[in-house]
Amino acid sequence: MSHILNRLSYFKNRVSEFSEGHGILTKEDRTWEDAYRKRWQHDKIVRSTHGVNCTGSCSWKIYVKGGIVTWETQQTDYPRTRPDLPNHEPRGCSRGASYSWYLYSGNRLKHPLVRSRLLKAWRAARAILEPVAAWASIVENPSTRASYVKVRGHGGFVRADWTEVNEIIASANAYTAKKHGPDRVIGFSPIPAMSMVSYAAGSRYLSLLGGTCMSFYDWYCDLPPASPMTWGEQTDVPESADWYNSGFLLLWGSNVPQTRTPDAHFYTEARYKGAKSVVISPDYSEASKFGDMWLSPKQGTDAALAMAFGHVILREFYLDRQVDYFQDYARKYTDMPMLVRLVKKDGRLIPDRLLRASDFNDALNEENNPDWKTVAFDEKAGRVVCPRGSIGFRWGEQGKWNLEEKAADGAETDLVISLIDRSDDAADVAFPYFGNREHDHFTGTDHPDVLERRVPVKRLQLNEGETLVATVFDLLIANYGLGRGLGGDWAAKSFDEDIPYTPAWQEKITGVPRDKVIAVARGFADNAEKTRGKSMVILGAGLNHWYHMDMNYRGIINMLVMCGCVGQSGGGWSHYVGQEKLRPQTGWLPLAFGLDWARPPRQMNSTSFFYAHSDQWRYETLEIDEILSPVAPDGNWSGSLIDFNARAERMGWLPSAPQLQRNPLEISKDAAAAGLEAKDYVARELKSGSLKMSCEDPDDPANWPRNLFVWRSNLLGSSGKGHEYFLKHLLGTSHGVQGKDLGETSGQKPEEVIWHSQAPEGKLDLLVSIDFRMSTTCVYSDIALPTATWYEKNDLNTSDMHPFIHPLSSAVDPLWECKSDWDIFKGIAKSFSEIAPEVLGVEKDVVLTPTLHDTPGELSQPFDVKDWKRGEVEPIPGKTMPAVAVVERDYPNLYKRFTALGPLMTKIGNGGKGIAWNTEHEVEHLKALNGVVTEEGPTKGMPRIDSDIDATEVILMLAPETNGEVAVKAWNALSKLTGREHAHLAASKEDEKIRFRDIVAQPRKIISSPTWSGIESEKVCYNAGYTNVHELIPWRTLTGRQQLYQDHLWMRAFGETLVVYRPPIDTKTIAPVIDGKENGNKQIVLNFITPHQKWGIHSTYTDNLLMLTLSRGGPIVWLSEDDAALAGIEDNDWVEAYNANGALTARAVVSQRIKPGMIMMYHAQEKIVNVPGSEVTGKRGGIHNSVTRTVLKPTHMIGGYAQQSYGFNYYGTVGSNRDEFVIVRKMDKVDWLEGPAKTQEAVT
Amino acid sequence: MDYLNQFIFGYYPYLCLTVCIIGSILRFEHGQYSWRSGSSQLLRRRQLMFGSVLFHVGILIIFLGHLGGLLTPIWVFDALGISHGAKQILAIVAGGFAGILCFIGIVLLIHRRLFDQRIWATSSFGDTAILLLLFAQLSLGLLTIFVSLNHLDGQEMVKFMEWAQRIVTFRGGAALLVADVHPIFKAHLFLGLTIFLVFPFTRLVHMLSAPVWYIGRPGYQIVRTRKQHSGNQSSVAPVK
Repeated sequence: MSHILNRLSYFKNRVSEFSEGHGILTKEDRTWEDAYRKRWQHDKIVRSTHGVNCTGSCSWKIYVKGGIVTWETQQTDYPRTRPDLPNHEPRGCSRGASYSWYLYSGNRLKHPLVRSRLLKAWRAARAILEPVAAWASIVENPSTRASYVKVRGHGGFVRADWTEVNEIIASANAYTAKKHGPDRVIGFSPIPAMSMVSYAAGSRYLSLLGGTCMSFYDWYCDLPPASPMTWGEQTDVPESADWYNSGFLLLWGSNVPQTRTPDAHFYTEARYKGAKSVVISPDYSEASKFGDMWLSPKQGTDAALAMAFGHVILREFYLDRQVDYFQDYARKYTDMPMLVRLVKKDGRLIPDRLLRASDFNDALNEENNPDWKTVAFDEKAGRVVCPRGSIGFRWGEQGKWNLEEKAADGAETDLVISLIDRSDDAADVAFPYFGNREHDHFTGTDHPDVLERRVPVKRLQLNEGETLVATVFDLLIANYGLGRGLGGDWAAKSFDEDIPYTPAWQEKITGVPRDKVIAVARGFADNAEKTRGKSMVILGAGLNHWYHMDMNYRGIINMLVMCGCVGQSGGGWSHYVGQEKLRPQTGWLPLAFGLDWARPPRQMNSTSFFYAHSDQWRYETLEIDEILSPVAPDGNWSGSLIDFNARAERMGWLPSAPQLQRNPLEISKDAAAAGLEAKDYVARELKSGSLKMSCEDPDDPANWPRNLFVWRSNLLGSSGKGHEYFLKHLLGTSHGVQGKDLGETSGQKPEEVIWHSQAPEGKLDLLVSIDFRMSTTCVYSDIALPTATWYEKNDLNTSDMHPFIHPLSSAVDPLWECKSDWDIFKGIAKSFSEIAPEVLGVEKDVVLTPTLHDTPGELSQPFDVKDWKRGEVEPIPGKTMPAVAVVERDYPNLYKRFTALGPLMTKIGNGGKGIAWNTEHEVEHLKALNGVVTEEGPTKGMPRIDSDIDATEVILMLAPETNGEVAVKAWNALSKLTGREHAHLAASKEDEKIRFRDIVAQPRKIISSPTWSGIESEKVCYNAGYTNVHELIPWRTLTGRQQLYQDHLWMRAFGETLVVYRPPIDTKTIAPVIDGKENGNKQIVLNFITPHQKWGIHSTYTDNLLMLTLSRGGPIVWLSEDDAALAGIEDNDWVEAYNANGALTARAVVSQRIKPGMIMMYHAQEKIVNVPGSEVTGKRGGIHNSVTRTVLKPTHMIGGYAQQSYGFNYYGTVGSNRDEFVIVRKMDKVDWLEGPAKTQEAVT
Repeated sequence: MDYLNQFIFGYYPYLCLTVCIIGSILRFEHGQYSWRSGSSQLLRRRQLMFGSVLFHVGILIIFLGHLGGLLTPIWVFDALGISHGAKQILAIVAGGFAGILCFIGIVLLIHRRLFDQRIWATSSFGDTAILLLLFAQLSLGLLTIFVSLNHLDGQEMVKFMEWAQRIVTFRGGAALLVADVHPIFKAHLFLGLTIFLVFPFTRLVHMLSAPVWYIGRPGYQIVRTRKQHSGNQSSVAPVK
């Protein structure tokens, strides 16, 4: 009815009165109410999740109305847990709830975009040339190349259609493969768990091409190297529900309510249940209010605190009183009983490597791998035995790799952890001490560099003669500075002595009162004793992003191991930093890396790669002497960090990318011409020097990475440590680098890596990014491709925080010209196959791989470090240098290979983590499910992988976690190794096969698999190390046990055999720039801390209007009131933070929350929203990484050595960033740089 | 100039009133969501409380004064014994007082709209234009006071009353009545008519929905029937 007529009948609307005239009944028009009803009406609800790097993996309802995604709310239909355990649902946070904003926002990438100068050049060349020749004409002409390279990041995008961009990209890839080698085509994409198929799309394309897939977990500095060192495990953690089972929760450097929002309810519920909690965080974080106690140590000194905790626990629970449970646990599950050789160096006795069976003249009757079998003293036999479970039992024999308390010969054992009652003597053993190193901003103590401490020892008759040995436990006690009646210096009898590492000693360093340290340590261990290990530490980036993160982590791990917490439900180590567990990993690997077609794939550790190729090494200020142990054994300790990395690459420890200075497609031909196998040819040529590894000269144009794909990532706006170096050297555009390189400062240059006086600027020919929004990385790209959002594609998502597998599913078709990542790479693959025949056919590609963890290669270098380049040993591929394989690339059929499951799954099968099983049955199932390829060609008859859903089915079918039949096969495969029956863990699920449509209907719990160390069961929550403790499966370490003693030569050289406190390093970025850039305002120097976001997940959501509205709408840094007063900064002032690496601008938040001495900037606040120009650089603001630079740590380069062997995202150098300092001051003039680009930038 | 005079004061008023009435009906029918005052109070209260209250009090007095003063037949005043001169002085004093209140208010509002970044960024062209238009009209109205002081006998005023009444009663010759008045009056009339013209396209429509009926509301609880036309009224009455 007409609104106006309705109004005109106003007086007739009254029907009656009630309540004595206080109420009236009317019949007025009610159609307006429909507006409110329609607000919450919708056409359909689709289940999806957010493929963002947050570990949330929350199931969401996506509402669609009239073909438009309108809003999202949390799903509440998770499968129940079990009685007496809170349920998971609802899960979600404000960030996820704001996601639908992106779909229709101005930030959305809607069309393929190309830098206009590149497109003009391309069209001009393409008019007269074939595609690859056209690309060659562009990049081989320096001025044409420079015309678009120099303006990266300065706008200038125009639209192009998919056919054209695919052709440009494919031509660039084909040209690069032909001219330089396929390993110069690089792809960076992180965290497959957040959208496995999207990741696999790009990595499958790259792997079929021979390109290099880059690691992320280590580059993000989320990988805790202490985990592979101690457990041989990348990272495995309890699910958040297991917090509820804990009796004592120690939150350390982790901010659960803010960064684990959907899981935080378990923390609250655990508190209601009565769990004690202590929060350790320098700032008063959101988590701090949960604690019974809040400790606020100085940032970066956590290891000192951990050492003091360990000191108290050892004193009260191991020495003064022995707890049966702890003793038992230490004997069975740790390396504490293992024997360590002690050797003389400079008149002092220093701990050397772990003793091996081969040290004895009869090798203790061990014929298989005696070099890799550690030994201990057995109380029962009264002699040294070779206990089962060490890594020597893992390879070359079967049935003895387990943690039964037996010697190799099957005799029952009772290992002793301390020799104190059986010692032959007590000897002074030298331990390095680093807590006295000078640092402008961290207080040290005045103890000497070397602390000699008395240890009970035994004399053993070995091959080399009489040798002193001690147990790991006895060394550990001495290292913690505990006196046990043996006399000698530096052994504390009470907690109040100022001896490293007593509670009194740490006060000066951390600022935490000793009585609190004692109380927390006691509470922690006491609970563990009473509950048999239900004390848990939740720890995070606050500890892991420091250069010496291993010390923080190992300090904490030691506490947990001492108290028997690891592997016990409610206890253990909860490292939640960017580690999204890719649960169906072994099903995903073949799809993602094309293992169904060719093996091995090319994978690279990103930290070393970016360090070399963004030329951050040219500015290195940290010298080896600063981190070397004062009791380092003899060895080659000269050179700079990049020299160490190059050594690690050539000895087969770390991977390389690019690999060799010559095109690997040519090397295979050269080898054939020389009549040699490729591996022999490569070894011969490397030795003679006529072939060089690329790592030795990263600045030679022959070794540049040429094409870079970035997808599912914001490399330049988020994770790119040393942002300004990326811009300068890798991209070659305008940048804000303030410092001078070693050539200009006459610093110590590398010994072995070649120095070019003129550093390259602009190594990349082509940078392609794929995103749904215009991120900082897209802004700097040459081509930006629009991808489907998380509500527009089909994919899989899992997390370490809960046991479910979730789908991303398509609520609406991709908007505008967007396509799913799967379709994008499929399209590029198609173009590539079409144009490849111009220059490429079926080629033989020579691929180098390092010696890998979980393969027999991890037993390649048992004792000393021997470098073939220095003539210490012959170069033997796979043993003393990288393994060399030849892989066939069928370039014209790349697309066909991309879209079909290849023959190797039937021929070789599948596997992971050192076990293998047959997959013929699964391949048959996939043929029936996905259909087979019917077109003629090399893939005819193979299972199809056409759509993204086909791809999810491949993963689900092949993975033990989602296919019970495979799980049983996998457990049986493990049983062969351990000699124990494990299949009962999955037997009840043998008939279960999870399909994509199943998880769309409801999230599904995964099935227990030997890929992981915890189990899914009705009785316990998922907890890391559970199967090691309860199924007696060894940890994948040298000793097979939780390894607290790290005996590799480099670990000894850098003083980290046992955990110690090491203060942050001095990055020396302040002095070179503090004078000369004044703006008249007062400057202060503060420690630059970059924790995780409140209003975003990394950079995602930081440009989202809803999140910007909740925060201050642009970049912010947090300062303490004291520091703000010192510098004359008031809340909301624009401030600038800068150092030699670059500068950033942000508004100041002045808060009591912050500890004086630090400035906090939530990391990854995008450069694209409300960022003014910097007064120092004259360029737009900068991001948090504008003031950081990567610094490598040599101990992370170790390889070929049991658990310290390379694995993709498992081990390798990590990109730490918290040791950095910045100069902070109020800005004088806020310039938004809104004029046109300056002429030198606009014109080339 | 006669044709222009005839157009502006003879025909233009009908154009304006027609657009005003039909436009408002159409907008009310089809643009219910746009039928609102467009208040920016949520964005910032500053200046609004003084500005808005002064403006509204002033403009309501002026509007009602014009409505009553122009459309009440002159014989009513004669019958009541109010001389033309007295009415003129009443109009000048009351109008002048209200005009000053309104002027202060509108200056505050304009300043706020133009110089408060948040308000400015969210203002449509119409929001700013109508404010400036009202300001111009108010200024002209205040200027007429000085002209009116020259003829306090009220003869000019009677001309305007006659003009307005002829227009609304569809009698001819209205335009001639104001052919020789002071240009300020002409401008004031023209602008006033123009405000009627743009009325349905601006936020001014909110005055038609001013909730004056609220003052005389019959009960404190209002219940709407579920059915459009309820036969049995007691069945839908709320349960006590």
